[in-house]
Amino acid sequence: MLFASRSFCCLGIRTYQLRTDLLSRSIKLSASVTMAFRHENTRRIEGLDSNVWVEFTKVAADPSIVNLGQGLPDISPPSYVKEELAKAAAVDRLNQYTRGFGHPSLVKALSQVYERVYGRKIDPLTDILVTVGAYGSLFSTIQALIEEGDEVIIIEPFYDCYEPMVKMAGAKPVFIPLRYKNDGSSASSADWVLDPAELANKFNSKTKAIILNTPHNPIGKVFTREELQVIADLCIKHDTLCISDEVYEWLVYKGNKHIKIATLPGMWERTITIGSAGKTYSVTGWKLGWAIGPQNLIKHLQVVHQNTLYTCATPLQEALAQAFWIDYKRMDDPDCYFYSLSRELESKRDRMAQLLQEAGLKPVIPDGGYFMIVDVSTLNVDLSDADEKQPYDYKFVRWMITSKKLSAIPLSAFCGPETKRQFEKYIRFCFIKKDSTLDAAEVILKNWNKQTA
Amino acid sequence: FLSLSLQAKMSRPVQAQRLEGIDKNIWVEFVKLAATYSTVNLGQGFPDFPPPDFLKEAFVRALSGENHMLHQYTRAFGHPPLVKILAQFFGKLLGRDLDPMTDVMVTVGAYQALFCCFQAFVDEGDEVIIIEPFFDCYEPMVKMAGGTPVFVPLRPKAPKDGKLMSSADWQLDPAELASKFSERTKAIVLNSPNNPLGKVFSRGELELIADLCVKHDILCISDEVYEWLVYDGKEHIRIASLQGMWDRTVIIGSAGKTFSATGWKVGWTVGPNRLLQHLRTVHQNSVYHCATVAQEAVAQGFQRELEYYGKPDSYFVQLSKELQQKRDWLVQSLDAVGMKPIVPEGTYFLVADISEFKSDVPDVPDSDEPYDSRFAKWMVKNKGIAAIPLSAFYCGSHKNNYNHFIRFCFAKEEATLKEANDILQKWKREKTTP
Repeated sequence: MLFASRSFCCLGIRTYQLRTDLLSRSIKLSASVTMAFRHENTRRIEGLDSNVWVEFTKVAADPSIVNLGQGLPDISPPSYVKEELAKAAAVDRLNQYTRGFGHPSLVKALSQVYERVYGRKIDPLTDILVTVGAYGSLFSTIQALIEEGDEVIIIEPFYDCYEPMVKMAGAKPVFIPLRYKNDGSSASSADWVLDPAELANKFNSKTKAIILNTPHNPIGKVFTREELQVIADLCIKHDTLCISDEVYEWLVYKGNKHIKIATLPGMWERTITIGSAGKTYSVTGWKLGWAIGPQNLIKHLQVVHQNTLYTCATPLQEALAQAFWIDYKRMDDPDCYFYSLSRELESKRDRMAQLLQEAGLKPVIPDGGYFMIVDVSTLNVDLSDADEKQPYDYKFVRWMITSKKLSAIPLSAFCGPETKRQFEKYIRFCFIKKDSTLDAAEVILKNWNKQTA
Repeated sequence: FLSLSLQAKMSRPVQAQRLEGIDKNIWVEFVKLAATYSTVNLGQGFPDFPPPDFLKEAFVRALSGENHMLHQYTRAFGHPPLVKILAQFFGKLLGRDLDPMTDVMVTVGAYQALFCCFQAFVDEGDEVIIIEPFFDCYEPMVKMAGGTPVFVPLRPKAPKDGKLMSSADWQLDPAELASKFSERTKAIVLNSPNNPLGKVFSRGELELIADLCVKHDILCISDEVYEWLVYDGKEHIRIASLQGMWDRTVIIGSAGKTFSATGWKVGWTVGPNRLLQHLRTVHQNSVYHCATVAQEAVAQGFQRELEYYGKPDSYFVQLSKELQQKRDWLVQSLDAVGMKPIVPEGTYFLVADISEFKSDVPDVPDSDEPYDSRFAKWMVKNKGIAAIPLSAFYCGSHKNNYNHFIRFCFAKEEATLKEANDILQKWKREKTTP
């Protein structure tokens, strides 16, 4: 049951919103009130129940499937990270509540690491919020700063939760696609770009924020300084916030540099930057993330946090703090995990690309992150007997899982309604996998043509 | 046009309206005070003793075992071993067959379970009945969801024959409760055993609430985090087991309270799929997954408790016995010095009437701050005992109704409670000697 709300804009000034509670109340009174009606869900979650992961993560339970779908490592986290967790759990006090906005030793460690990266002072108590994964930071940011009447620009393809989170906050997602500039050379994530004029057109007086994801999931694009400047200029011109999802910040490959948009002039005061322990230390199951920004924005995220889950798990935060100290001390050393993981993944990236190329495919080589997208339409797999209404890539991935025992994620899951057709020939592979997993994938890809010939 | 719209944007607050009126939080201030001044912290509700060995061992096994995939995402709605054992355990307690995949959902503490319930079911204009005194987060969570909290107080009756007051003496007035239900009422929040009073609602009291829920066809959000902490042979009755209630109740539980591991932040909801499906929608759009290792360890904890259920070696049995003893010590300490304790039937909280100590903290007429809050602050600064003012558990307009009570947490080591006793005794002596 959907109740629309209308807002009136006059000269760009939001005057008032027509509330619909009167309308909903009269419906409740006049209709025969049945048990089913009263126990219905709220408007805010209407239509947000479906989720690409529910279907495709079930696959992970089947050990016969080579799982290159969901973005989780099957490599082990570094041993010192696990050791720190064991040490933390042995301290009695660390099994009880800690500071709500972030365990003191963790926010201190984060401020030290990021002061180095940002080149500015970051107050651990006011400029940082620790959340349940970067997911929790996205949620806290959107709930704190976005509401009905707002528009939020989302760059397609996008990590799928951005759209439902914006909708749950009552706001309108405005999509803009990355477009492939075809110049004939081998496909790289750098070939996918925003059209500056098209982007500028998406901004208006209602635009509250733009969500940036760099390095980008799923394409692996690492936005250049020039590209970030285009976005920054528009944010400043329209007084828009920037929600910068930088969970893959350490995973950038040779020839590329991760630049924080918050370090561009005029951007610190309007940017929330989000990071993830899961992606930094290959511990996605720890579900710890953080939001960093100016106090006058972070304080609102803290209010959301204190009214949603209040505090995050203590021993995990303590262990993470210790791991950060270990790597902070060697940030000038190539052995620092932030850099060593990146090197390890670069060779996996190259191997994955080679496997796909040998199977006759043309993957988009990512400059960062641990995903790789590939156009599978060239394989000409006949899926005409499958459900017509489904996008091609969904049908393809389901077919590939059953007949090839290999899983990936369909790219149209990461697109708004207008762009689904554009991206439905692409699927996404995750390559943060141990050698034996990639070996198994190699076998499948090598035999691919033999079976379909 | 452009500059006007920019000006408008800049004059508009950056934060969303849903944050209006929910930014204040008593814990931020009182936790800081306790950290700065207290020698004996009986304030915030957490044990100062460790979780049981079997649980800590399970945690270490999970994090260091061969299966390093326990450091990666697990099933979003709950780690399979955990939801399976919860379904088994609570199925047994409720006398029903529970489907672990649809009738159970794991959350980041009971706190996040509460959040999911309000977000899933409370829309703008909906009313939610909250029984005072209440765990303070209910009110801002209802407001954040756009709902209207409607308060109904537990009212103290004089105890029999000069006995100490019991939490059972605080009761709802049936007519008053019934008057709070309207056609806009969407849900009632029940917390039994109750924080802060320690009240364990009797079957009769629960039936009263249940009848109204059924009559008005509303939901019951049942916060039962202290379900294992009941004393004097009392029984914790689950309202969901009453006639007509299963279909309209979400039960909330907490590993933190069950296993003395508040820092693990593992909680759960149990209820019919028809309701839980909407909690899943909120969950998948807010935090999505909960930490795997902690869930694995809690699952093993429950496995062990299932084997020992009802036996003397059951942690639930032992913890309850130990806490009853601690309750009795604190009751004695407070009674001996003239602070009048309300003996709790459950939880690890105890509320005491500090009227006899008022001379230490003079009344300030026209003060914005409730008396008990000023008293608690004075007490931690001058006596080193941290406790929480009862007014923290009342809505704004009712904060002065019961403003001479403070809440103590007694889930503390014997040494801590002895030290509290010494401080109280000294304080009493200082008052009586001229």
